[in-house]
Amino acid sequence: MNKILSSASETSAAEPGMADAVIDVTQPAKSRSGGFSHLVYVLRENPVTAFAFAMFGVLIFAAVFGPSIVPYDPLETNAASVLQPPSMAHWFGTDNLGRDVFSRVVVATRLDLVISVAAVALSFVIGSFLGAIAGYRGGWTDITLNRVLDTIMAFPLFVLAMGVVAALGNSVANIIYATAIINIPFYARLVRAEVNIRRNAGFTLAAKLSGNSDARILAFHIFPNALPPMMVQVSLNLGWAILNAAGLSFIGLGVRPPTPEWGIMVAEGANFIVSGEWWMALFPGLSLMIAVLTFNLMGDGLRDIVDPRRRT
Amino acid sequence: MLSIKGLGVAFRTRNGEVNAVKGIDFELAKGERLGIVGESGSGKSVTSYALMRILDAGGTIKSGEAVYGGIDLRRASERDMRDIRGREISMIFQNPRAALNPIRKVGHQIEDVLRRHSRATRHNAKIKAIEALEAVKIRDAAARYESYPFELSGGMCQRVVIALALACDPKLIIADEPTTGLDITTQKAVMDLVDDLVRARGMSSILITHDLGLASQYCDRIVVMKDGLIVEAGDPVELFTNPQHAYTRKLVHATPRRRGTIRSLLPEGERPDLEPHVIGEKPLIDVINLAKTYQGKSGPVHAVRKISFTVHEGESVGLVGESGCGKSTTSSMLVRLLDSTSGSIFYRGEDIATLPAAGFAKHPLRSKIQMVFQDATDSLNPRFTARQAIADPLHRLMGMRGDAVTTRTEELAEMTGFPAHLLDRFPHQLSGGQKARVGIARALATEPDFLILDEPTAALDVSIQALVLNLLADLRVRLGISYLFVSHDLNVVRLLCDHVIVMQNGSIVESGPVATVMENPQHPYTRELLSAAPQAPEREIA
Amino acid sequence: MAVRGTSVLTRIAQAIPVLFGVIVISFVLTRALPGDPAVQFAGIMATPETIEETRAKLGLDKPLPEQFVVYLGQLFQGDLGQSVSTGRPVLTELTSRLPASLELTLSALLLSCLVAVPLGVLAATRPGSWVDQICRLLVTMGVSLPTFFTGVMLIYIFYYLLGISPSPLGRLDFIYLDPPHVTGFFLIDAALVGDWETWFGAFKQLILPAVTLALFTLAPIARMTRAAMLSALSSDYIRTARAAGLGSGRILCGYAFRNALLPVVTTLGMVFSFVLGANVLVEKVFAWPGIGSYAVEALIVSDYAAVQGFVLAMAFLFVFLNLVIDLAYSLIDPRFGTSGK
Repeated sequence: MNKILSSASETSAAEPGMADAVIDVTQPAKSRSGGFSHLVYVLRENPVTAFAFAMFGVLIFAAVFGPSIVPYDPLETNAASVLQPPSMAHWFGTDNLGRDVFSRVVVATRLDLVISVAAVALSFVIGSFLGAIAGYRGGWTDITLNRVLDTIMAFPLFVLAMGVVAALGNSVANIIYATAIINIPFYARLVRAEVNIRRNAGFTLAAKLSGNSDARILAFHIFPNALPPMMVQVSLNLGWAILNAAGLSFIGLGVRPPTPEWGIMVAEGANFIVSGEWWMALFPGLSLMIAVLTFNLMGDGLRDIVDPRRRT
Repeated sequence: MLSIKGLGVAFRTRNGEVNAVKGIDFELAKGERLGIVGESGSGKSVTSYALMRILDAGGTIKSGEAVYGGIDLRRASERDMRDIRGREISMIFQNPRAALNPIRKVGHQIEDVLRRHSRATRHNAKIKAIEALEAVKIRDAAARYESYPFELSGGMCQRVVIALALACDPKLIIADEPTTGLDITTQKAVMDLVDDLVRARGMSSILITHDLGLASQYCDRIVVMKDGLIVEAGDPVELFTNPQHAYTRKLVHATPRRRGTIRSLLPEGERPDLEPHVIGEKPLIDVINLAKTYQGKSGPVHAVRKISFTVHEGESVGLVGESGCGKSTTSSMLVRLLDSTSGSIFYRGEDIATLPAAGFAKHPLRSKIQMVFQDATDSLNPRFTARQAIADPLHRLMGMRGDAVTTRTEELAEMTGFPAHLLDRFPHQLSGGQKARVGIARALATEPDFLILDEPTAALDVSIQALVLNLLADLRVRLGISYLFVSHDLNVVRLLCDHVIVMQNGSIVESGPVATVMENPQHPYTRELLSAAPQAPEREIA
Repeated sequence: MAVRGTSVLTRIAQAIPVLFGVIVISFVLTRALPGDPAVQFAGIMATPETIEETRAKLGLDKPLPEQFVVYLGQLFQGDLGQSVSTGRPVLTELTSRLPASLELTLSALLLSCLVAVPLGVLAATRPGSWVDQICRLLVTMGVSLPTFFTGVMLIYIFYYLLGISPSPLGRLDFIYLDPPHVTGFFLIDAALVGDWETWFGAFKQLILPAVTLALFTLAPIARMTRAAMLSALSSDYIRTARAAGLGSGRILCGYAFRNALLPVVTTLGMVFSFVLGANVLVEKVFAWPGIGSYAVEALIVSDYAAVQGFVLAMAFLFVFLNLVIDLAYSLIDPRFGTSGK
């Protein structure tokens, strides 16, 4: 009986019309093409992603080890060497108080990364949770959530962040909260949509037939499938969060001088641009750009790593 | 009028170049209706796309020629091709609603084509468009002219697509799986329409389909393709009574038809004996006055109207009907994914309709009633390997752990003919037939008494369907389970089921032993369904 | 068509609870501002008694819900309070400064659409070509650049290094007089009276900030246009059109583009949100006298009525813009409001 019914001679039934890949049914699959080897595969396939991950590594390194290895104390002023252009002694020059710009830029990495990662983590967790419940339950839960999200999104987001930080006070924690709040709607909406699509999918119904409770289905069956598109959103958000925090500091909210932070440094540097001292604003600005670019480029790579359909 | 010689088409893919068509020859005479039949991956659709030169970006015609009225379509300029398309050669596709511009009125879309080929001017375009709609027998054509595709049914959309294709009186029409996604009665209406128009206008046609029965009914000559090559060509009756090539024979056998048993779907020589399955005396499932009513936008919608039927132990009951008849709602209620509005479902004497669907996942009876879904791809979690998918109910409903799970999973895989070495693959790495087997293995994991199969072979190639149907027949002998087999394909139901129920508009219009109902249908709707099913020419040898 | 009409009305009705929520949130936010406004209003020479009097006069001694109701009442009369920093009613401040912000924002959006949309369309129709590569590069870079940084750098290059641009000190150099007020948009007002010198002066001042803002909005619009065009071009109905022989001009413009517009229009809503925020930053960099810089100044001196008014105004503006976008969408998509999507 097994001889006729075995599928060893089947070829794949792909979409009619276009070329099919004939699946090799004779080779056994790699035992759980392990997470790590898949990671390596993704990086090799896509050099841009590999570059982004490398840059990310550099940023992490600067954040963790920066303060210990910079040549100068970022807060130390030096009246004698004020507004020096970049030189061998000061790679990025000095600012109007004689502080070394390079040291400040490197040390600022930690603060900016911490702010963005914390804010995004917070909004990811809260937003996904709310979105998942609303997307799965539907009905009043869904409608209420939509109204709340609409109200948050009715504010131009940066303006809302301004308002929140102004109301709660100038501190790093408040910037994190403000950034988290304005990012929640993105995750909530995305997760809600992804859960909604899959709520009546075949495998969801099959999971119910297999004895899974609703909570299990949401957590273990549906949500993991929503992860790949969320990865892209996470990486974009990390970039926005940094820009957001820097923007707030630029207008004087949030981080206070003399703390080194990229946004404040650009603000301070902006005053001197019109007199030609460009290095104070350029280097922190470029660092901002590089950090955000890194996160944006990582998005696709993260998605590929998390999506089992990219495994061949 | 059309002559293809040595045509070869290749695609650039991630894994290098793939040859979809590897050198085919055929000819088409004026007024002739040709059928190209093949399963997925045969290259049948690619051939027509190549003719029309509308291949995707990665595709090129590598070799051969396609001569139409003296012009080699392969070497013609894009400009000339644009003139030929629509005016000389037209094409209609599957999935008709998606084939129309969603934000443009249907009438305007036809006008665009008319004016492009200078068959109408700005002033008379509207009149001609309405005429084109009338030619495809659309009632109230003037009103329909103003409609958007989303306002029309699937069958109507297909008629509009046909009107679009025929608007400029082409000489050749190519129909690429035009009946996919349509109900069987609509299928017949559409195919008859195309056939009438083709004959009336003296056109030639090429019908591309996977259904040999359909092709034999509507074509003068059939060409069979496999893996980019033509394996056989000939007259439909000849092909059915005397197939030469092994593949053709396989296809012919696998095409469900009136005579024969389930085993006769398989190729000769690969038909082990089949013991008859035993049907018990006691009813397993007793459905009494089951009904489901929804609150629609404009009043209540009666999806299911007080139906009653019985499934005995070991019996296979077929549930037949077109879309909207309530068969999906019925199966959802039976498998307890959906609550009924009224009525009872007795499982061995216990009314399970009273148990709410929301909590049924935890009920001890959950393991006894299971379902196999229509779209195997959709019903498998893309993140679960085949092993994990099959093991899930073992963990949740049988409380099994560790080695017990592994053993049972492999046992189930063996039972359903799923190769054990593929168990650790993800769904996207499996073929359609393999996925179907995983779905069946998963459903059988908890040793259910009653299995609902919702069109389980609808998405499969016909030769794979033959294998899966035989697998189902073997399993019921071995395990003694009852089936509720939901399908639109009457021939399949005839081969597999003992008893058949026909539904229309939420009610059962006819029911009875399968032989009786099929040979001697009482209700007009049943007769309509039976006559709409594509008829393959009868074979002498079963 | 009736379906669309009622859907539009439904959309407008849906905006009302949102506006209410906005009012509540902005009220809560600004009541939580640090600094005691009573002290500020009373002035430097105030005694504790006068401060208490001021507090009572401002209604700050009443319980919060009562303050809210009073606030609502004032809103309906168009009273947004007095601005501490300037002494004028907040509403007047906002309305006098709004045209400056609008002129900047709208010209930036117009500029970026004029560049981004054709770029996206070209990139989609010629995948892999240099246009496509440029588009993708621009998009990736564009979303990574901080607006304030680009502004600062542009000033450095064009004002300091090249000397082309005038000094970034507002809308009009002091040698020019403001054109007679009709719309508040200097470019329009100057053109209306034919004062081309002033027009040119205003234009020179507007260029750099508008380009800065435009660069910011270029990226998401180009990206969405490209993606939407690609998706439209690979759809079934385009295949049908090609198979019917419709020429590439007709196919591109008529069919694909109009369908591609739908997600682009939706994206514009999101872009508006960002641009209204980025506006604040650009106004600070270029000392543009709009409502954004007004808000920043107000924040620093804890002028809570001004900040509240600003946040409210921005939110209302944004809700209004979104309604306009939805309306535009309903015009393009006949399926609006039905389940035909």
